[in-house]
Order: sequence, then structure tokens, then C-alpha cells
Amino acid sequence: MAVKNYFDPENLKKFGNITEFQEEMGKKFFEYYNTVFEEGALTQREKSLIALAVAHTVQCPYCIDAYSKGCLEKGADEEQMMEAVHVAAAIRSGASLVNGVQMMNHVKDISM
Amino acid sequence: MGVKQRSKSLHSRADKLSTGFYQLNVLNGKELVDDKFERFTSKIEQLGHKELRPDKVEIFQINIGKLCNQTCAHCHVDAGPDRKEENMNRAHLEKCLEIIREYDIPKVDITGGAPEMNPNFRWFVEECANDGRLVMNRCNLTIIMANKKYHDLPEFFAKNKVQVISSLPYFTKSRTDGQRGDGVFEDSIKALQKLNEVGYGKEGTGLILDLVYNPSGAFLPASQVSLEKEFKNQLERRYQIVFNSLYAITNLPISRFLEYLLESDNYESYMQSLVDAYNPSTVDGLMCRNTISVSWDGYIYDCDFNQMLDLKVAAPVQHIDDFDMEKLNDRAIVLNQHCYGCTAGAGSSCGGEISNT
Repeated sequence: MAVKNYFDPENLKKFGNITEFQEEMGKKFFEYYNTVFEEGALTQREKSLIALAVAHTVQCPYCIDAYSKGCLEKGADEEQMMEAVHVAAAIRSGASLVNGVQMMNHVKDISM
Repeated sequence: MGVKQRSKSLHSRADKLSTGFYQLNVLNGKELVDDKFERFTSKIEQLGHKELRPDKVEIFQINIGKLCNQTCAHCHVDAGPDRKEENMNRAHLEKCLEIIREYDIPKVDITGGAPEMNPNFRWFVEECANDGRLVMNRCNLTIIMANKKYHDLPEFFAKNKVQVISSLPYFTKSRTDGQRGDGVFEDSIKALQKLNEVGYGKEGTGLILDLVYNPSGAFLPASQVSLEKEFKNQLERRYQIVFNSLYAITNLPISRFLEYLLESDNYESYMQSLVDAYNPSTVDGLMCRNTISVSWDGYIYDCDFNQMLDLKVAAPVQHIDDFDMEKLNDRAIVLNQHCYGCTAGAGSSCGGEISNT
């Protein structure tokens, strides 16, 4: 069947099916994934907020869907979630801007 | 500042969802959506229970009336300022007292509506307290600020050692007011500070102030332990408020929360979340096993949710006037699809989470 859309929210429910093509690695991935999100030095809520920020950075719509709900289910609110997205945006824009120093250095190197 | 109502009750709008019959049709797939969720009763059968039976009654829960100063968007009682007719009268409350005394039931859980708006409330609380019962009152907080005649409620509660159990969906204004009405957060904070002033929530006073968190939307609650820690930190840091415990309660898909789910097109996904999160280890601790729920007009139910769906106890006695503990104890608890709400995740009851497995 030809794929009509690149993003289908229903795919998120089938994430577990990735083991169909590579069982061992898939199982190991999910085991690792589940361990990462357990309560630890960071709370589950803090981990969900980090995941939400990263989801925006890697621009994964599945992850954004999952962690928008996940953050709420861990007790975060809209304000905290948007602040997390701003953290992602700040780092992302900062990562561009800090390279401006490289540009400035280069310009100065070749300018009179 | 007072509370601005979010909406009117389903009852006053003559909405078909105001009837238990229509709600049960939705829950059982006979309206709006196809029947796609496994019967809750079959989940119980899989645990080896032919039916779910009650244990000894420890909590006598009375829904004293549907009158409330708020019209919360998620209210399973469909309470509100327009529900003036449905309030328990003195004769029924006297009968409740007689039953509580006769069967020596240790805990009396008073809910509503805003229970304090029932004119017999203070008399009933005093009678129970003087008789040595633990009175638990489900207070919406804003009632304390609503009118001068309620301003002394904290002192009244303290005098009668009432355990105050209050809803606060979040420690921010937007999520609280979004669920409960504009102005609710501000008045709730003031009320909590007043309760603290008379000793509630403070160590060594014996005055218990518990908060209830329930999600402001179509998602399940976070872990109770984690939320309690967060609420304690935030409420103390922001408003110098202290409390004892926080109960995380799941919204059941009935009444106005069901209306919200249907209108926002979240019904199926929410039901799926409840079904997916079914946790069999919660079944032994379900509140319907140690609680009797009585409605404002004296009928008996397995729980407050069954009461709102008009699912009376499956026993030969269904009204307090004919109360017979032996006959009631010999009943099967009435189950339906909404019961998934009490068995999802860590489970949910009027006392919060059920299981930690």
C-alpha cells in the first residue's frame, strides 16, 4: 500500500512494532528507554519536560504528541512545558549565534 | 473576588447527558461510538471473581446535596447553584445517624455539591463528631469565602476535628480556573490560608487538611507521591500553605466530564487510556468494597459514581428507610464501563491512589 502521508498519528501506537524487523535490538532499545524514564536522580516529570524540549529540537511530531500528553500526566503544566520549549529554542538559537564568533574571526582574519 | 460560573448544569440545560440512562448508553457503545472496549465485568471474571463482593462497611458516604457555589467543568455530580431542590432533609439525615450508630460505622464522608450549603450540615457534623465518628468533609474551599455566613467554617471544622478534603487541581491559576471557574484559584488560596491559620495541615494539631488533585483534561493523573511533593513545595514557596496529604484522583467518564470528552472529541482516546492502564492489583482496594454511598433522597449505592448513574445497589434494600446491613453485605457490587476509571494505573478512590504496584 502506498504511503499517502509522511506523518500519521496512528503510527505512534505501533512504535512497539519496530521489533518486527529486528527483535533483539528493538527489545534492548525499549528496555533501555523504559529504564531512562523511571524515577531516578531526576523525577519523571523533569525527564518528561526534557523529552519535550528535545522532541522540539529534533522536530519529531510523534515525540511532541507523546510528551505533550506525557508531561501533563506527570503533573507538569502549560507554563512549565512552554518554558522547556523555550530552553530548546534558546539552545538552538544560541548554537547558531555562538558560531557567529567563528564567522567574525574568519572575517577579521581576511579583512584589512 | 467570587466565582464566575463556567457553565450551567446539564440538568438545567435539560441535556440528555443529565440522565444516567443516556450516559450508560454512551459508555456501553449504544450511542455515538461503536462498542470497542472490553466489558469491565469480563476483566473482573478474569481475576477469578464471578462477581465483586463488598467487605465490611468502614465509610458511610453521604452526598448531602447537589447545590454548589461552583459549576466545575468536570463535575461528576452535575452540581451547581441551580441545583436547589436536591438537598438531604433532616429526617433522612436523622436516619443516617441512626444507621451509623447502630452499625458503629467509624467514618462519615460528607460530599456534595458544597455540603456546607445544606441547612442541616452543621447540626449533622456536630452529631457525628459528638458521637466519636471521624467526619470527612469534601470542601470545595471557595465556599469559605463565598458568603459571610461561611467565613467561620474553618473554626467550626476545627472544633469538630473534621478532616477537610479539598479539591485543588493545580497550584496555578490557569489550570485551576480552567476546570473550576474564574476566581476559584484566588479564593481557594485564601481559604487554605484561613484553614492553616486555625491549625489545619500543621504538625501536632491533629487537624487534617488533605488536597485532591484531578487532571484538568483528558489525561490520567501523575503519581500521587510525586504530585504531593511538588504541591507541597510549590504551595509553601508561593503562598506559605501547608497540608497533610494529596490524593490523585482519576476523572471518571460520566456526567459533565463525559460531556467534555464528547464535545472535545476525546472520549474514545480517553476510554482507551483507561482500558490500557487497567491494573488488576487495584481491585482488592476499590472503595466500593468498604463504602456505602447514600444520595440526598436516601437511596443506597455502591459508590458516588454509581449514584450519579442511578445504579442502585443490587440488594433487596435500596433505601435508608429499609436499611439492613446483612442484606446489603450479601450483594454483588454493580459494575459498568466507568469502573475502568477506578482501576487505571495506580487506581483511584475518594482517598486517592489504591495500589503502588
